[in-house]
Amino acid sequence: MAEFLQFTFSGLTVGAVYALVAVGFTLIYNASDVVNFAQGEFVMLGGMVTIFLGYAGVPVPLAAVIAVLITTAVGLALYRLGIAPARDASAVTLIIITIGASIFLRGVAEIIFDKRFHSLPALFGSDPIRIGGASILPQTVVVLASALLIVCLLWAFIDRTLYGKAVIATSANRMAATLVGINTRTIVGACFAISAAIGAIAGVLVTPITLTSYNVGTLLALKGFAAVMLGGIGSAIGAVVGGVLLGLFEAFAAGYVSASYKDAVAFLVILAVLFAMPQGLFGKRTVERV
Amino acid sequence: MLTLTDRFRLLQRHRLIPLIPLAAIILVLPLLFPSAYYYRIAALVFIFSIAALGLNLLMGFAGQVSLGHAGFMGVGAYAVAIGPTRLGIAPLVAFVLGAIFSALLAFVVGRPILRLKGHYLAVATLGFGVLLTIIFTNEAKWTGGPDGMPVQQITFINWTLRRVSTWYWILAVSFLLSAVIALNLIDSPTGRALRAIHDSERAARVLGIDVAQKKLAVFVISAVYASVAGSFFALINGYVTPDVSGFLRSIELVAMVVLGGMGSIVGSFVGSAVLVVLPQGLTIFHEYEHAILGLTLMAVMIFLRRGIVPSLAAVLGGTQK
Repeated sequence: MAEFLQFTFSGLTVGAVYALVAVGFTLIYNASDVVNFAQGEFVMLGGMVTIFLGYAGVPVPLAAVIAVLITTAVGLALYRLGIAPARDASAVTLIIITIGASIFLRGVAEIIFDKRFHSLPALFGSDPIRIGGASILPQTVVVLASALLIVCLLWAFIDRTLYGKAVIATSANRMAATLVGINTRTIVGACFAISAAIGAIAGVLVTPITLTSYNVGTLLALKGFAAVMLGGIGSAIGAVVGGVLLGLFEAFAAGYVSASYKDAVAFLVILAVLFAMPQGLFGKRTVERV
Repeated sequence: MLTLTDRFRLLQRHRLIPLIPLAAIILVLPLLFPSAYYYRIAALVFIFSIAALGLNLLMGFAGQVSLGHAGFMGVGAYAVAIGPTRLGIAPLVAFVLGAIFSALLAFVVGRPILRLKGHYLAVATLGFGVLLTIIFTNEAKWTGGPDGMPVQQITFINWTLRRVSTWYWILAVSFLLSAVIALNLIDSPTGRALRAIHDSERAARVLGIDVAQKKLAVFVISAVYASVAGSFFALINGYVTPDVSGFLRSIELVAMVVLGGMGSIVGSFVGSAVLVVLPQGLTIFHEYEHAILGLTLMAVMIFLRRGIVPSLAAVLGGTQK
């Protein structure tokens, strides 16, 4: 039982990060139909910039804020310089552009930072809290609580503000949104920026637990995408549920089956979902039979 | 009765015409090579051209993307590594078995995967490629794990295939042969069916084309191309690591196809040549390699979406295959 609880805790922690990556994915996908494979690099940048500003003597909380701002700017730049000029390109071309951006950001991080693993101090120390024979780090609670808060804030923004309505309108029909006076370029740009900020915050919060390095982004992006597929592409609730479920699957697979095949779980999930129920748990059914 | 100019025009339009300048370049090129190093680079260009050609059949003609094609390169590469070393199979037999295994694998996974479209297809193929890489990395007993394993050289009685200039000619011929097969395929009824599928699946189906079967056929063929390229890659390096099937390699293959031009056979060669030679020229900027690769990928997709060869052809006003 204690073992089960322990796997659940670690699954929830990783799952919260996958969920945040997946939410970022969904926001961008809904606004622009772009599958953004650079999403994981936002998480990497959030962690790495904070760490290296910290090394340079900036107090960690301030460094974290600057890191989130820098990453937001990177997200905006990705849209303006990478996606907007190729607006009419096919889905696959856009995917390759974001993969190019991801390789580029990783390459730049490799030059500016280094190739080692780094960590950050945890917010409330690192003495584990013991629950039912399993232990949970205070930082894990912080990650879970923040993920919940971010998702709620995002929901409030989308559902309760005029800008949020504009996002919904843009994702429903870009042309119609333009006709009613919405500046869709600004809206899509804002979605890239918000999505980057969410990724960066996830990066800052999770670094004390999982460590970070210049190359953590690719796998995170792929797993975040697996979470999106599991939940149903385009569904925000699906992204959160998919992320948490994927985290749990991984933790149980690592604990009960084989630790070395932990990373395979996400891809098995992608394939299984695509073959068995391509609409995911919360998505709309769109696949065409051949 | 055909006049001489008519005959000349017909000949000009023959499907194998684009290969003549290519063959001429391949013949003359070694005269310009100052050292064995250049043979090696050229050999690598041929290897990646073969893989890119196969992928181009899938992407450029059938209009289906694969972001996991390096997985099949991995199958081919590990076949020539594992076969001789662990199972005592002759390298050439292992080479063929690898291609057969790739074909079977593509046949099995192709049917469910190719039902998907757009993002879904991209992600499913990506997941498939990464899964293969994870297997190559973890089954250390067979594959040597993340550090990889050595590959036995090909030997005939007491002669060992070792010289890189010999490899150059073998690979040049293999590449031209793959190009001829590809061009013949494109001009066959299957090729026309594939192009119909590319333009509109629904219309193709209305015309009586078995869309699923044609897509599967080209997927299997492209997997065999990748497997052959992977086997050559392992043999010429004498070593294989899981990187051969990695995500980055799959992306590189897609970039070669798109850079050279989707649907252009000569383009696959040009795309591979650029992406193989470019990093060699940039070794002085070794640290910047990834940054430059990423930037190139983005720039190509944004500004050269049609690819080098079709763009050039459009400028010159000719038609190019």
